[in-house]
Amino acid sequence: MFDLRRLWGGKRGSKTQAKERLQLILIHDRSSLSPELLDLIKQRILDVLTEFVEIDEQGLAIDLEQTDDTSALITNIPIKAVRRNTRVL
Amino acid sequence: MGKAIVVTSGKGGVGKTTTTANIGAGLAALGQKVALVDADIGLRNLDLFMGLENRVVYHLVDVIEGRATWKKAIIRDKRLENLVLLPSAQVRDKDSVTPRQMKQLVDELKQEFDFVLLDCPAGIERGFKNAVAGADQAIVVVNPEVSSVRDADRVIGLLEAEEIKCIQLVVNRLKPSMVKRGEMLAIKDIVDLLAIDLLGIVPEDEGIVISSNRGEPIALNQTMKAGQAFCNISRRLMGDEIPFVDWQEDDSFFSRLKKLFGIS
Repeated sequence: MFDLRRLWGGKRGSKTQAKERLQLILIHDRSSLSPELLDLIKQRILDVLTEFVEIDEQGLAIDLEQTDDTSALITNIPIKAVRRNTRVL
Repeated sequence: MGKAIVVTSGKGGVGKTTTTANIGAGLAALGQKVALVDADIGLRNLDLFMGLENRVVYHLVDVIEGRATWKKAIIRDKRLENLVLLPSAQVRDKDSVTPRQMKQLVDELKQEFDFVLLDCPAGIERGFKNAVAGADQAIVVVNPEVSSVRDADRVIGLLEAEEIKCIQLVVNRLKPSMVKRGEMLAIKDIVDLLAIDLLGIVPEDEGIVISSNRGEPIALNQTMKAGQAFCNISRRLMGDEIPFVDWQEDDSFFSRLKKLFGIS
């Protein structure tokens, strides 16, 4: 008999595809950060770092990078100078 | 003091209102005092599933804005005297109610009823926040289908953010024959993906359409598969341990033979 599954180009049932796609989608959905939250993280990082070093705030960037199975926060923080009072530490 | 349970899904059209109506009817048939609250402001539907649309006089927004007490606004069910419905407003916009007002109303209802079931609108905006505000527990309704599962996951995250601890899953519209052929997500797949406790499995059943045409909850009809499924859910909510049925058609040689001779 005419097999519908052949038409979709695979021997496996579509359930496997549904499950695999959902596994990736849910990982991605669960790890995404809102722009507000990213701003907050950026501010807190700045607060901590400015205690020790002078930072070029304009040049500071923070992003969430996602691949299929990993997520990473990538930041680039340009330092202008180390504060005088922290050099002794 | 009763329990308030919100029935939600994120995605529209997966069977929230059907689930609310039937779990409510099932609980009432088991002798519980149940209030159904249609929290879908602007799109009134729960009254239709209960066959009570001709008796609506006052609605949720009337109660919130003080034009009627909830006692005056509730409609008693035709079949079950311990089941009532608080209908939603038809034309009002959902911003006319705040989460705080909803919580206050639900708290009052909990004094009077064993179960307060809140039928949540689709989406995750204000209407969702209103429906969730007074809830102690949540039931997430999902269909075995990718977009429904994804939206359910989002909603579970939002419910957790609202500090709702008990979140349970109802898989609705399962087609056992498709699962068997490997063309539909199985219960285990969905439970693994969403990682919450399973409360019930409801098979696709033509009886659902028929019962909504008639305005009679299918839970009151034990001869229908979906009716049995909803009753099982109601009993589990009351703490009974009922084994899960996967609603697989019995197509063994003997059952086919029996069918052929009209025995089963």
